[in-house]
Amino acid sequence: MSPPGVRVPAVAADGLRRTFRRDTGEIVVALDGVTLRAEAGSLTALVGPDGAGKTTFLRLVAGLMAPDAGTMTVLGIDVAREPQRIQDRIGYMPQRFGLYEDLTVQENLDLYADLHGVSAADKRRQYPRLMEMTALGPFTGRLSGNLSGGMKQKLGLACALVREPELLLLDEPTAGVDPLSRQELWQIILHLVAEQRTTVMVSTAYLDEAERCGRAVVLHQGKILTQGAPDEIARLADGKVFLADPPAGQTARGLQAHLLGAQAIVDAVPEGGRVRFIRDGAADARVDALAQVAVAPAQPRFEDGFMTLLRRAGDSRPASVVTLDKPPERQGDGVVVEVRDLVRMFGNFAAVDHVSFEVRRGELFGLLGPNGAGKTTTFRMLCGLLPVTGGTLRVAGVDLRRARASARQRIGYLAQRFSLYGDLSVVENLEFFASAYGLRGGRKRARIDWALRQFELGDLARLPSRHLPGGYKQRLAMAAALLHEPALLFLDEPTSGADPLARREFWQRINALTEQGVTAIVTTHFMEEAEYCDRVAILDAGRILAQGTPAEVRAHARRQEGREATMEDAFIAIVEEARAHGHPEAGAA
Amino acid sequence: MNGAAGLAAKLRRIRALVRKESFQIVRDPSSMIIGVLMPVMLILLFGFALSLDVTSVPVAVVLEDPSPAATDLAAGFRLSPYFNAHYTTSMETARAMMLDLKVDGIIRIRPDFARQLALGDAEVQIVVHGSDANRARLIEAYAQGAIAQWSARRASAGQPVTTGPVAVQSRIWFNEANDSHWFLVPGLIVMVMTLIGAFLTTMVMAREWERGTLEALFVTPVRVDEILWSKTLPYFALGMVGLSLCFLAAKFLFFVPFRGSLWVLTGASMLYLLVALGIGLFISSAVKSQLAASQLTLVATYLPALMLSGFIFDLRSTPLAVQAIADVFPARYFVSLLQTVFLAGDIWPVVLPEAGILLGMVVALVAANRFVTRKTLA
Amino acid sequence: MSQPLVDSLWRILALVQKELLAVLKDRKSRFSLMVPPILQILIFGYAATYDLNYVPYAVLDQDRGAASRELLAQFDGTGIFQRVANLDNASEIGKTIDDQTALVVIQIGQDFSRNLALGRPADVQLIADGRNSNTAAIASGYVATIVDAFNAQWPANHGQTGPPVATAMRAWFNPELETRWHMIPSIIGTIVMMMTMNLSAMSVARERENGTFDQLLVTPFRPAEIMIGKAVPAMFLGLTQSTMILLVAQLWFRIPFQGSVLTLYAGLALFLIAAVGVGLFVSSIAATMQQAMIYIFVVIMPFALLSGLTTPIDNMPLAFQYLTLINPLRYAIIIAQRVYLEGAGIGLLIPDLWPMAIIAAVTLSAATWMFRHKVA
Repeated sequence: MSPPGVRVPAVAADGLRRTFRRDTGEIVVALDGVTLRAEAGSLTALVGPDGAGKTTFLRLVAGLMAPDAGTMTVLGIDVAREPQRIQDRIGYMPQRFGLYEDLTVQENLDLYADLHGVSAADKRRQYPRLMEMTALGPFTGRLSGNLSGGMKQKLGLACALVREPELLLLDEPTAGVDPLSRQELWQIILHLVAEQRTTVMVSTAYLDEAERCGRAVVLHQGKILTQGAPDEIARLADGKVFLADPPAGQTARGLQAHLLGAQAIVDAVPEGGRVRFIRDGAADARVDALAQVAVAPAQPRFEDGFMTLLRRAGDSRPASVVTLDKPPERQGDGVVVEVRDLVRMFGNFAAVDHVSFEVRRGELFGLLGPNGAGKTTTFRMLCGLLPVTGGTLRVAGVDLRRARASARQRIGYLAQRFSLYGDLSVVENLEFFASAYGLRGGRKRARIDWALRQFELGDLARLPSRHLPGGYKQRLAMAAALLHEPALLFLDEPTSGADPLARREFWQRINALTEQGVTAIVTTHFMEEAEYCDRVAILDAGRILAQGTPAEVRAHARRQEGREATMEDAFIAIVEEARAHGHPEAGAA
Repeated sequence: MNGAAGLAAKLRRIRALVRKESFQIVRDPSSMIIGVLMPVMLILLFGFALSLDVTSVPVAVVLEDPSPAATDLAAGFRLSPYFNAHYTTSMETARAMMLDLKVDGIIRIRPDFARQLALGDAEVQIVVHGSDANRARLIEAYAQGAIAQWSARRASAGQPVTTGPVAVQSRIWFNEANDSHWFLVPGLIVMVMTLIGAFLTTMVMAREWERGTLEALFVTPVRVDEILWSKTLPYFALGMVGLSLCFLAAKFLFFVPFRGSLWVLTGASMLYLLVALGIGLFISSAVKSQLAASQLTLVATYLPALMLSGFIFDLRSTPLAVQAIADVFPARYFVSLLQTVFLAGDIWPVVLPEAGILLGMVVALVAANRFVTRKTLA
Repeated sequence: MSQPLVDSLWRILALVQKELLAVLKDRKSRFSLMVPPILQILIFGYAATYDLNYVPYAVLDQDRGAASRELLAQFDGTGIFQRVANLDNASEIGKTIDDQTALVVIQIGQDFSRNLALGRPADVQLIADGRNSNTAAIASGYVATIVDAFNAQWPANHGQTGPPVATAMRAWFNPELETRWHMIPSIIGTIVMMMTMNLSAMSVARERENGTFDQLLVTPFRPAEIMIGKAVPAMFLGLTQSTMILLVAQLWFRIPFQGSVLTLYAGLALFLIAAVGVGLFVSSIAATMQQAMIYIFVVIMPFALLSGLTTPIDNMPLAFQYLTLINPLRYAIIIAQRVYLEGAGIGLLIPDLWPMAIIAAVTLSAATWMFRHKVA
């Protein structure tokens, strides 16, 4: 115990190390020599790729695990020795929110209030405040399992806040949540820090969220790469960040793909019709890819600093570009997918409400929207997995639900979650899907070799696929979907839950495929990923609110102070406008 | 925090968790299926469908001797409630009926029966279908009984005594009517308690591990013992409801006598329920996936309760190794307690040792659960 | 063969191969498929018997004559009856039975020897513990048999005439009337059913839960191909387990086998198709593995209880007897017993074979339909 009057840091970690044993027997180091402190009243972000150790760190703070070595002191208490004393005083929201889905909103709140010993008087004072903050007031009687993703997350937060904790830990609170809910959540967090001096520690995969925090800690493979104020970290990329205008005849994503492949370029992403890129150390080095391109220096952001750091840490550049053996013929630009007034009801609830769009050959079409907007339902109908309630759809000229099984030969489908056989090895999975698509003999062997080579899976061919690291699972799933060289790809939230590096790698592959003539339909809730698409449709509550090229959609939003409007600004503007015109949120219906 | 305030806070937390658990039981269909539907189904099956009693067995009576004595004996089989006699004069017909499973036994009265009877050396042949040996043996005994009755009738009519010198007068205590429901229905309670106590709790605890809800629960002032209490009390109550249902069904639906005292029955059931709950919680803490945990629970509790508890099959006749295995599982002690309390009464020399063993198991399991359940994630 | 048919067969083959790989690759799952059935047949083979080979009994011999000693010697000579107490007066009987010291008490009255010597009927009282009335009835039967034998011997040895009516008992197919001969063939079907139904109930539900089922449905697989590809491996594993259990029955318990192995396997195969059909149907309506497990448990339990394994079907009320008609285990048990003990040929078994074919046809087509029409 520290003497009174001396300010103790809220969290002080010293030389933390924590390992796990996989069922295969190998030892994985989750945290390795982590030392950091968070002052009382501060807001700290933990960022880093998948498997960097963010969740493990938060669990160590919460006393849910003991470190193998090093010490963790929280609120002046040694966590390993007295975890209960910490747990009496902090609020914690795990990745899966920890809500009981068969309890109502009110019952969940009551449960946590009673567990935290909140008195009746305090409840009377706290509940209205929490309800106002989270806008859950009208839904107190609803089972929390029936809430939308954003509402679940706000309820989870409310449960962690019932007792006004001294320290609040949030583990990826915004994963898979729509931009509006994300914005609302951050307003709550910032308010807590400003008004109540709550110490908050939050892990996130959204790099723009780290910018809102007082401090950011960048974790990578269990080690701290750097920590400091987000703008300090952004400054690591000072003078190296530029915006390029694609020359006439080239799309932004075309130029971006080109740049990513070039030497001396750390990172490139499409942004508002231009390409944002980071040059390597030597700022004056010639880059051939930029010969014809108008380039303007740009203000570095946290993301730029983060990418620079990761590159420096030796994470290899995503170099994988898929080359098809036999690219589909690019004859004309006929309509490949046609959807007219598509409706899908679940009981009284319209999951998809008169959706219409079409996709042409060779196009990369994006369906954007928050969780529960109806993207996956639309997809399942397109793939013939779900009968339609109304409207018509044509995929390559047929309705896959009624067409002969062989019609499915032409499509590839990548489900939202990793959905290959976890017990089977990489190569066994590939063999099974090759046979399922009717490949035999030499052709089958050739295609499997192709897949192992293209997706750099050769070294892992014998590993059971459930033991693959996250990014490799995604590669295997894509390889399996491409074995039979489909002309049309359905990709359902392929980047959900992936870290920034894996997401870049994925888009690079898709880009390469569409360049070779494959038609692809992609759903995503990362708004900025719309920039990769030829055309996008924005879905909310089962309805299409806007569709067109990224530039057309972006035009819905006004220019924000000091910067171009982003796709996220556009989304928020469009949804708010639609709701103002009387289309209530799906969850509020 | 002083002791009284600490205790009050503790009770408040337990109450909150128990409330939560109760809501979940009512709202989760799988809890309702296991906790309510299955017990009712078991009661119906055990009470109405299962019976080891032999009545109206189809038998062929082959009457090869037309004499009055033989006809009289053959007629005796029609009087017996145990048999449903088909008469024939040809052994061939009877044999064919037996092979077609139309009859389960043949009573053959040979052509020279009357003559031999006069000489004091008559023989009746009983042939049974041996595939179900238990049934075959009972059929044999009932056939002998029918013949003995016939002899008795003849004796009272002044004919010479025709059976052997020693007669067995047997009495089956506690179950004079020899009704198999009387021992099957108490066994029902074991099944219901095992289902609710072990199977259901395993599922709900493993579900919390699997869905990650325990992670949030752990980072609150909740103590481990409070979580264990909250997983015990509601299912304990549900188990007691199951017990009452079974008891009422036994008494008023199947008319099983109840000779012991209610409080001994309740006490014994509570002990067994605690053991079952303890096993369920232990398994789900050790194996955190719902599927694996519930499969393990079935193997570790349900099957032994059915096969190794002495509730259908007598354990005394199994090899020592099997008895040793049966001794490990709590079901056999509870079955012994139930059969005694229902049919024999409060027989302390039986009740006390068996209850003592169950109590020991409760203590061991509580300790094991405190040790295994920790507020840490692997 | 036409090309689509060849393609279809190749796809089915790929699915069969994948299913088998998924189950057999993992050491743990191989273990859980092979070891529990053997353990179960061993334990239940010993436990599931109505034969008594240990009957603790107490004697209240108020006669203490030569005849009573001779009778009691017969009991002690069986090896089954173990005398645990000699009582001195009738008041001790209650306690001996109550606290389960003895299963039966044999009481021989004062003038037993005298009555016998005079050629008069003599009584022996038998008191049995009826808490398990089945055990009590069996024990009483044993006593009756011993006394019968005594009745036949005693007069002859003492110069009197024997009883005028003797019964000659013969049991067909199971001369020693061993319950094990009846139980073990029945248990084969029961164990295999539990394992196979469980496995097939999980198979589609697991794929639904892991999302792989959607992946399967967007490939050219037709629902019927998926059904066959799932049913064949489950049947194959079921037959493998049956073989192991049969080997234990033959080599360890040495149950006499009268019929033809081919007939038995034909019956088992049909039974397994029906069991797999029920399992797959349950699997096709379940959204998660947990649901599948609960549903299949709700199905297996009445199937096992209403099969004739523990209590004879003939003893059930008529309504329940009709209910057993949709229970594949009912037929499997009859077939196994008849092939084992009677050596019944396929012709005799037809009435028990076709109902299983119908169960299989109905459940498998229902499952196939559900594959595509279940709205997740």
